[in-house]
Amino acid sequence: MGPMLKLLSQRIALGILLLLAVSVVIFSGTEMLPGDLAQSILGQSATPEALANLRADLGLNEPAYVRYFEWLGGLLQGDLGTALSNGQAIGPQIGKRLGNTLFLASTAAVVAVPLAIFLGLVAVRFRNRWPDKLISGATLASISLPEFFIGYVLIYFFAVKWRLFPSVATVYDSMSFLEKLNAIALPVTVLTLVVLAHMMRMTRAAILNVMQSAYIETAELKGLSAFKVIARHAFPNSISPIVNVVMLNLAYLVVGVVVVEVIFVYPGMGQYLVDHVSKRDVPVVQACGLIFAAVYVVLNLIADIVAILSNPRLRHPK
Amino acid sequence: MSNELKYLSERAARGLLNRRSFMGRAAALGATTTFAGTMLASAVMAAGPVKGGTLRVGIQGGSSTDSLDPGLSTNATSTQILRMWGEPLVELAEDGGIDPRLASEYEASADAKTWTFKMRSGVTYSNGKSVTAEDVKATIERHAGEESKSGALGLLRGIVSMSTDGDRFILELDTPNADLPYLLADYHLVIQPNGGKDDPTAAIGSGPYILKSHEPGVRHVFEKNPNYWNDDLGHAETVELLVINDDTARVAALQSGQVHMVNRVPPKVASLVGRMGGVKVHSTPSAGHYVFIMHADTAPFDNKDLRLALKYAINREEMVEKILFGNGTAGNDSPINASYPLFTEREQRTYDPEKAAFHFKASGHDGSVLLRTSDNSFPGAPDAAQLFQQSAAAAGITLDVKREPNDGYWSEVWNKQPFCTSYWGGRPTQDAMFSTAYLSSADWNDTRFFNDGFDKMLLAARAELDEGKRKAIYSDMSTIVSDEGGLICPMFNNFIDAVSEGVEGWRTTKGFDLMNNYAPLKMWVTA
Repeated sequence: MGPMLKLLSQRIALGILLLLAVSVVIFSGTEMLPGDLAQSILGQSATPEALANLRADLGLNEPAYVRYFEWLGGLLQGDLGTALSNGQAIGPQIGKRLGNTLFLASTAAVVAVPLAIFLGLVAVRFRNRWPDKLISGATLASISLPEFFIGYVLIYFFAVKWRLFPSVATVYDSMSFLEKLNAIALPVTVLTLVVLAHMMRMTRAAILNVMQSAYIETAELKGLSAFKVIARHAFPNSISPIVNVVMLNLAYLVVGVVVVEVIFVYPGMGQYLVDHVSKRDVPVVQACGLIFAAVYVVLNLIADIVAILSNPRLRHPK
Repeated sequence: MSNELKYLSERAARGLLNRRSFMGRAAALGATTTFAGTMLASAVMAAGPVKGGTLRVGIQGGSSTDSLDPGLSTNATSTQILRMWGEPLVELAEDGGIDPRLASEYEASADAKTWTFKMRSGVTYSNGKSVTAEDVKATIERHAGEESKSGALGLLRGIVSMSTDGDRFILELDTPNADLPYLLADYHLVIQPNGGKDDPTAAIGSGPYILKSHEPGVRHVFEKNPNYWNDDLGHAETVELLVINDDTARVAALQSGQVHMVNRVPPKVASLVGRMGGVKVHSTPSAGHYVFIMHADTAPFDNKDLRLALKYAINREEMVEKILFGNGTAGNDSPINASYPLFTEREQRTYDPEKAAFHFKASGHDGSVLLRTSDNSFPGAPDAAQLFQQSAAAAGITLDVKREPNDGYWSEVWNKQPFCTSYWGGRPTQDAMFSTAYLSSADWNDTRFFNDGFDKMLLAARAELDEGKRKAIYSDMSTIVSDEGGLICPMFNNFIDAVSEGVEGWRTTKGFDLMNNYAPLKMWVTA
C-alpha cells in the first residue's frame, strides 16, 4: 500500500495547494473591482466622515496582503466573515443555501447518473441499431437545447397545462421530504436532461473502446451473454473515464445551476450569490467563490482517487 | 336584466355555483360573456368579503440581503412586508387623499407649522402592549435622527420639535408644510414599540397580520392578528408572500394556480396574459416615469437651445407604444402627472423635427451627443435609446448610444455622467417630488437644475393652504422645469398587476402597485 498512499497524499496536497491559489485569485479579483467598497455600501448620500468610519471598520486602510492573510486566517478557523448588506454572519446563511443546492444536485444525480450509465450500457449492447440511435438522438437533442428553454417548456406543459407539478420550486423547513421532492420535480428533470447526454455518450465510448480488446473476444467465445460481457468484463475496465465525466457533471450540478434556480425560484447558492453580487457584498461573493472552487477541486480529487483505485496497475505496481 | 341572471349571479357570488357554470348558464340566457363577467364581479363585491383561507402572492423585488428594519426597506417585497405587520399614523386613501390610520384624527395650526395627531384608542401591538403617542415620537426620532439610514430621512427634514400630551402627538416644523400628512403616510414610517430603537428588525407592530416565517428573498408567511381593530383589512387567515423575481416564472406561477396575484407583469406580455382564462390584468396609471436626464450645468447641456432641441427630437407617443406597449401615458418633460393631487393640464410638447433642427442650429453645437444607457435604468431602456437615436436623426441630430453594464450603473453613471437614462418611482405630492430632485439643494438633483425663482415658488407653495393658489404655483413650476430644466420625460409607466379568479375585491387606487400594497389585505379568497 506504500506507493498508493504516496500517490493519494500527493493528490490531496495538490488539491489543497490549488485551493490556496484559487483563494488568491478570488481575493485579488474582488480587489480589482472598480469603485470604492465603502462608497458602494453607503451610496450617494454618504458623508466623508461616514465613509472614513466605514473604511476603518472594514479595515480598508490596511494593505491588501494584510487583509488577505486576515481573511485566510478567518477561513481556516471556519469564519467566513460578516455580510456587509445585512450585518449577519455568512456561515449559517450560506449553510442553508448550500444545503438546498446540494439537495437539488444530489436528487438530480441520483436520477441522472444511474440512468446515464444504464442507457450507455444499453446503447453499447445494441450499438448502431435503433435503440442506440434513439438514445443518442434523444439525449443529444436535450443537451443541445438551452436549459432555460427546456425549463419553460416543462413549466408550460407540466405546471400550466396539466397542473401536475408546481412551477415554483421554493422549499422550506416545514415541508415534508415528499413535498420537497414534489416541489423540485421539474428542476430535477431539467438538470437530468442537461447532464444525461454527456455521461451517457462517455460511458458508451469508454466501453466500446474496451470492447475491442482480446479478452472481450475470449469472454464472448466462452459463451457469455452480450449484456453480461459488457457489465462484468467491459464496464469495470472503463470505470475511470466514466467516473471522471460523472464528477465533472456533479460539479456542474452544484455550481452551474444558477439559471435553473432562477427559472424555478429555487432558494439555492446561485440565487444567493447573484443577490449579493448586485449589492457588491464582497465577503459573501468571496465565500461563495471559494465554496464553488472547493466543490470542483474535491470532486475532481475523488475522480482521480477512484481512477487510481480502479486501476490494478496503479494498485499493484511491480 | 333578467331576474334569473341576477339570481344566478348572487348564487355564484356566495359560492353556491362555480364561475364556469354561471358563465355557461348566463350565456344560455343570452348574456354576453363581458356582461355576465361584470355582473358576477359586482355581485361578488355586493356579497362582501369572505373571511379565512390562504392568500398567496407571487411578488417581485425581494432579495436575500433584505433587512426587516422598516427604515431600510427599498423594494416591492419589503414594502409589502411592512404593510402586513405595521401601520403608519395616516395613510394614502384610494383616491389619493389622506385617511387616518393609527391616528384617529389630526389637525394643523393656521400657519401649517404645528400639527397635532390624536391616537386611536385601544390599539395594541402583536406583543400585547398598547400603541402610544410616545411610540410615534420615538419612531419619527429614529427615522429622522443624525445617524439614521432610513429611506424616509429626506422627507423628515425641518422638524423643530416633537412632543406628546396624553394621547396626542404634536409636531412642529421650522417652515410651514401643508403636505405633512402625505409625508407621514410614507411606507417606511410604521409605528414600532419605542420606535424600534431597541430592535428595529423585531417586526412587532399593530398591523392586521403577524409575521410567522421570514426567509429573505424566498418566502414570508403571515397569520391574521386576532386582536386587529379594523375589520376592513385582512380577510385571509394566512398570507404567503413568495419572492419570484424571474418575470416568466412569476406569470407561470399565476397561470398554474400556485399564487393568487402577482405584481410587475412585463408590459410586453401584459396583453397576452390578459387573454388567458382565469386571470385578470390590471394596468394602473402611476407617478413613476422613465427619463433621459441631462446635467443642465455641464457642457454641452448647459446650452438651453441644445436641451430644447433634444426635447423636441423625442417621439413620446412612439415610446409609450413600443416600450410600454400602451401601458402608460406620454410625459411632458415634467416629473408631475395626473397621479398627483394638485395636478393641472399643461400644453403637451410633441415630436417636432423642424423645431428640434432649429434649436440644434441655434445651440451652435457641433458633432454628436453621447447618451449612456443600461438595461436596469428602466425596462427597455436600450431600445428606447435607439428609438430616440432614430427620431433625433430625422432632425439632423446625431446621438451616440453607449451601453453601460448594469452592475455599478447607479454608482458610476447615474448622477455622474451628463446624459443618461434613468427612472423615478414618483412621490406622493408635488412638493416631495420637486424637493427630492429639482430644488437647488435637493439630495438627488440628477439634472443639476439650479433656479432661484423655482426654489422660491416651492417654499411659497409649501406654506400656502389655499388649494387653488397652490395648483397655479405647481403648474408654473412644471412649466419652468419643462422649458429650462435638463429633464426629458417621454413616458409615465403603469403598474401592471395580475390576479386570478380565486380572489375578489380589486379596486383601482393611487400609490404603488398591488393596490398600493393593500391588495393582499383588502382582497379575499373565494375558491
